[in-house]
Amino acid sequence: MISKGHGRFPKSGRKLRFRDKYLPSIISISSVLLVIFVISLAVTSAEQWPRIKAQFFDINAMIDVFPKVLHGFGINMAIWAISLVVIAIWALILAIFRTLHGPWFTPLRIFSIVYIDLLRGLPSLLLVLLFGFGIPALQMKGLPSSSIFWGSVAMISSYSAYAAEVYRSGMEAVHDGQKAAAKALGLSQWQTLRYAIIPQAIRNVIPSLLNLAVALQKDVALLSVLGVRDAVREAQIYTARTFNYSSLIAAAVLFLIATIPLARLTDYVTQKDRARRLQKTI
Amino acid sequence: MQKIEIEHLTKYYGSKLVLNDVSLNIADHEVVSLIGASGSGKSTLLRCVNDLVPFDNGVIKLDGLSIHDEKFSRHDLYKRLGIVFQSYNLFPHMTVLENITLAPCKVHKRPKNESVEYALELLGLFDLDGFSNAYPEQLSGGQQQRVAIIRAMANKPDVLLLDEITAALDPELIGGVLSIIKNLREKGMTMLIVTHEMGFARDVSDRICFLDGGQIIEEAPPAKLFSNPENPRTKQFLQRIIESGRL
Repeated sequence: MISKGHGRFPKSGRKLRFRDKYLPSIISISSVLLVIFVISLAVTSAEQWPRIKAQFFDINAMIDVFPKVLHGFGINMAIWAISLVVIAIWALILAIFRTLHGPWFTPLRIFSIVYIDLLRGLPSLLLVLLFGFGIPALQMKGLPSSSIFWGSVAMISSYSAYAAEVYRSGMEAVHDGQKAAAKALGLSQWQTLRYAIIPQAIRNVIPSLLNLAVALQKDVALLSVLGVRDAVREAQIYTARTFNYSSLIAAAVLFLIATIPLARLTDYVTQKDRARRLQKTI
Repeated sequence: MQKIEIEHLTKYYGSKLVLNDVSLNIADHEVVSLIGASGSGKSTLLRCVNDLVPFDNGVIKLDGLSIHDEKFSRHDLYKRLGIVFQSYNLFPHMTVLENITLAPCKVHKRPKNESVEYALELLGLFDLDGFSNAYPEQLSGGQQQRVAIIRAMANKPDVLLLDEITAALDPELIGGVLSIIKNLREKGMTMLIVTHEMGFARDVSDRICFLDGGQIIEEAPPAKLFSNPENPRTKQFLQRIIESGRL
């Protein structure tokens, strides 16, 4: 019989009393509301609050700027989605390079180690500036010159270094017995990775990779320094024109709408993964 | 005709000597068991035979040819030597059928339908009909170990190496696994077995080797070794086994 992992509690014979059933929820909801009330009271009673409110929380300004910020946010999400796919593949290749042993693979292994060390060691912002302004300035024929392209390449390069290390930890976590079994069946080094190690490694690291995906979702905004008209850039343009910062709040809300569900999904997947592992060890 | 010849095998783990000049021959269709206390080197010896563990000195020959000879391709060596591990080591992300057909299809390039057919035949033979699409975690330990034996058999090996295949099983599941091995013996399979199941070793083996401190210190047919051991260390070991009620 296949166990589903999340068993239901057996129904208790005794009916839960009102106090046991609802009181905890009532207490948590009212305490949260209380905290919010106290904080908002403190903020709104500040001397400068009316000025801040007009500058940051001007609903009319938000409505005014919203179409542009939303359009910019679409660019954020498009860059994010494309980068995710490229990172997932490129990082896996880097991790495989790093794992291969044998003299013929030494150049690949060294390349991977140097790549990961360099790109993890540099701030993403610096990379975005270097790639986004540096490479187009070379004016090399055949290379695209758009800053959006090179900015994305910078983000992909940087995040791939992290993701490669995540993949590698996942591969190392696969039990040695699996490698012994693969070898004893006659599988080559590559076949062992392809059929035995990598499928298990990927399952191991999905929660960590999702975490990186959430981080990337926000970091795409770094491309605004290159003049890419993403949500943050659009908000800044509006701010420069009107001296009203509400556009930034509008952009912030959009980011939260995108990141919070993904963060929840990550939590959910992590929890399921933990349950799976626990089940395996018992 | 000797199937496997182990000559003067020496193996260190770091500075610790685990196999000390071990020599052992196994004839075609012969079943040899290695017994001895934990740490006596039996599992290491077994894993040296199919090159899972490198050794420092000596030669291991399969059909008269060193396993490190250039004429042996990796495919060839592992096609002829199957191994079953204590902890099954099935691939958890593959179904039973995928586990069994992986090596025949990908390593030995046999046609898929032929591999599947043979796998299903073996599953039927080992009382595992209907489990071909199950995943290993859905099976009991005994069933998983039987799948692991089938996986090793699917390459049609000449020799089967069994590394304490019942050590991780619940007592009531051991019998099913051992009866398969007895069945394979009747079919003439050459086997080298590492085991703690003395009764099984006695029933299934043509010859039993007692290892102690990295050496084979006594080698005899089971009837002789269990009833009338010569070496005092063997006597002591068997005495303890009998006292603990395992023989």
